Amino acid sequence: MQSAAESVAAVSRTGKIGGVLLQIEHVSLTFGGVKALTDVSFDVREHEIRAIIGPNGAGKSSLLNVINGVYTPVGGTINYRGQVRERMHPHDAARTGIARTFQSLALFKGMSVLDNIMTGRTLRMRSGLLAVALHIGPAAREEIEHRKVVEQIIDFLEIQAYRRQPVGSLPYGLQKRVDLGRALALEPQLLLLDEPMAGMNLEEKQDMCRFILDVNDEFGTTIVLIEHDMGVVMDISDRVVVLDYGCKIGDGTPDEVRTNQEVINAYLGVAH
Amino acid sequence: MTQEAMAPETADTFPRLLLWHERTRPNHPALREKDLGIWQTWTWSDLAAEVRLLAAALHQLGLAHGGHVAIIGENRPRLYAAMLASQSLGAIPVPMYQDATAAQMIYVFQDAQIEYAIVEDQEQVDKLLEVREQYPALAHIIFEEPRGLRHYDQPGLLSFDDLRLRGAELAAKSPGFFDEQVAGTASRDTAALFYTSGTTGRPKGVVQTHAALIDRARAATAFDRLGPDEDVLAYLPLAWIGQNIFSYAQALYTGYTVNCPESPATVANDMREIGPTYYFAPPRVFEGMLTQVMIRMEDAGQIKRALFGHFMEVGRRVGGRILDRKPVSRAMRLWYWLGNALVYGPLRNQLGLSRVKVAYTAGEAIGPDLFAFYRSLGVNLKQLYGSTETAVFVCMQPDGQVRADSVGPPLQGVELQIADNGEVLVRSPGLLKEYHRNRDATAQVRDADGWFHTGDAGMLEGDGHLRIIDRVVDVGRLADGTLFAPKYIENKLKFFPQIKEAVAFGDGHPSVCAFVNIDLEAVGNWAERTGLAYAGYVDLAGKPEVLDLVAGCVDKVNADLAADPVLANSQIHRFLVLHKELDPDDDELTRTRKVRRRFIARKYEALVDALYAGRESQYIETEVRFEDGRVGKVAATLALRAAKTYAPVAQVA
Repeated sequence: MQSAAESVAAVSRTGKIGGVLLQIEHVSLTFGGVKALTDVSFDVREHEIRAIIGPNGAGKSSLLNVINGVYTPVGGTINYRGQVRERMHPHDAARTGIARTFQSLALFKGMSVLDNIMTGRTLRMRSGLLAVALHIGPAAREEIEHRKVVEQIIDFLEIQAYRRQPVGSLPYGLQKRVDLGRALALEPQLLLLDEPMAGMNLEEKQDMCRFILDVNDEFGTTIVLIEHDMGVVMDISDRVVVLDYGCKIGDGTPDEVRTNQEVINAYLGVAH
Repeated sequence: MTQEAMAPETADTFPRLLLWHERTRPNHPALREKDLGIWQTWTWSDLAAEVRLLAAALHQLGLAHGGHVAIIGENRPRLYAAMLASQSLGAIPVPMYQDATAAQMIYVFQDAQIEYAIVEDQEQVDKLLEVREQYPALAHIIFEEPRGLRHYDQPGLLSFDDLRLRGAELAAKSPGFFDEQVAGTASRDTAALFYTSGTTGRPKGVVQTHAALIDRARAATAFDRLGPDEDVLAYLPLAWIGQNIFSYAQALYTGYTVNCPESPATVANDMREIGPTYYFAPPRVFEGMLTQVMIRMEDAGQIKRALFGHFMEVGRRVGGRILDRKPVSRAMRLWYWLGNALVYGPLRNQLGLSRVKVAYTAGEAIGPDLFAFYRSLGVNLKQLYGSTETAVFVCMQPDGQVRADSVGPPLQGVELQIADNGEVLVRSPGLLKEYHRNRDATAQVRDADGWFHTGDAGMLEGDGHLRIIDRVVDVGRLADGTLFAPKYIENKLKFFPQIKEAVAFGDGHPSVCAFVNIDLEAVGNWAERTGLAYAGYVDLAGKPEVLDLVAGCVDKVNADLAADPVLANSQIHRFLVLHKELDPDDDELTRTRKVRRRFIARKYEALVDALYAGRESQYIETEVRFEDGRVGKVAATLALRAAKTYAPVAQVA
């Protein structure tokens, strides 16, 4: 993975990272008496790849769910694209360009790859049900436009050979890729990836890394990802947030985080 | 199809042929490429326009007469245009295998002193940047697909789009530039440099002129009465002269349409959509298709299986005869017609062979059963004989004279002769000009009278057909002096769908032994159906049940060999199943997937010795190279088996 080409990409990426796109401030989340997140603050800048890491149960997925509005925080604010909110609503999230993939895939197993990715376009479809069903005039033109975007994604993710295959019949690594394709179909500004490499073999992980870097690079998409594979995280992210028991214990570049004593303690355990 | 539609004698270089087609059939499709799921057409005038731009741009970059240009990538219209543009300037395209590693490429760059490279994508650019570390003369790298390359700022890197912009300026300033350049091309000039895969030693650059390639393209086109309406699918490497002559030289001569698949993984699907009318593939591709069919038939229901079995038998008996227009009884004709409606037609359609007028196979001997399978389906599959050095076409089988064991009579313009040691000698207008910067090698293969020594052992049959047995250097003798033709045995083994590769040893030994590579797909499928659990290739290849399966195949081969009066003694006595796939990355196969028998014998010496020593098992550790260049180790203890042999059925009289 650490080829010359990638270090080139890594170096030049820092040059185009922009202002703050998303700012989470003092966010707390509780489920009954359980504190899932306590006073977590961090920001995501435009065009960067931001990783969230932490041991199991640290609150990583909860944090993603707060960002895209599935969970309602009990305190704190979410500032997305300059708009300050108490909470995000899922449909607001989708409309304002936040897309996500899921740790456990969220695909229609019986539908083809093409149709699955097409579902990602739903929000952008304008024609009424009847017009679409009859495939008349503007509806047909609209579908052609959507199909073009979907085909570009298929080409981008190199899954041309599986276009017509039902997703359920594909190997797991490819299904993950289709899930990413579905998220990309939204043409997101902010892409949330929940463990995009979980359960993959080395080769699939390498492919996925390349796609994530390419998405970031070609479309300028900002990416927040949760990942367990430390090698992957340290390789592809610009900055890393570390959570432990719902609290932020580290934040910075991969190198800074790697040498942070608190992070080391959280991962390796410490004598009390 | 009329003779007037054929290019005139004056169009004697590829750029002139391009201009001729631009004038005579501007709106006829020259190339098609599947982009975003839709076939996009380049007409002859589109292609000519693109070539004009590229030629102007390359000229501005400093490319001049005699310069070499590396062309690396899958079959893409723009790479075809780049070859034509180079040729228009009198420069020489050097198509290279896109899956070669940087280390393998360096030699070619140095040997041909290449300063320009036109490549497909980031993968190739990365390799060339690596090449440039050791070969700094590589000044210009032009890439077609910009993806992932946005932040590359190495000097000399240029995208295709930027290149075209530069060309547009010059083309606008001096519109006559291109035609002047084309007028300066000459048919005796070098058209392309092909590096042979080299079963032995370093690759050699074969210099082919416009005259040689166009002459052979003309002869082959006339032979099968091809016209501008043919469709071919270009899916094998352009660096292989077989693909190059079918999709470049012949296409430019005849004016037919070349179709480029979307990606290597979609070839089968794209072939079904295009339905080529003229098709060329080495035997392994036909083998792969048959394996796919067989696997799917095994998974099919009872009725389908019975139908398939019955009508394939009917096809075997009369299909080939019907193709050859030989007498067949009316009842059998009717039955074959029914089979065509129920089995052959749908199967041809499934394989994308429905519209095929003529299909050729070459490059390796084809198994007689494999050959008969396609002919019994009604696919006019024929054989031809040739090599890079002869611009492919030496012998071709005419319709109605098709046999599995011969490659046909010499094509128009070719003289054939068999040397005393059995070697086939050729004199033809398609012979190479020379090996690039290698006078010794040229002198070795071409004698003072102009005969080219092919290195193939063969014989001329009574009816003038040539029959190839093996490579001259490979034909050996067993210790008792009987003839041993390893490739013949390997091919027999490889006809079984379960066997992917085989290597036979025997020269100087008392008996024949063999290595076998299982086909992971076919054997894996079989294991799944029989409920045999396995973890991966190494595990599967070592299962006793798999060894039994392979033993059954070896058994049948031996029974077959026993019936052959000459080869009865070269039955396989002992064999083993290798724990890793033979791979071009490990130098065990050539890039065109021919086994490098001597290299394998050296590399796996311990195994060969163990086979002949009669041992029951042998431990072996092998280095493997992954695609990204890293090296790993695979170790296994292999079981060595004895095979059943048969008493010779017929003795030599």
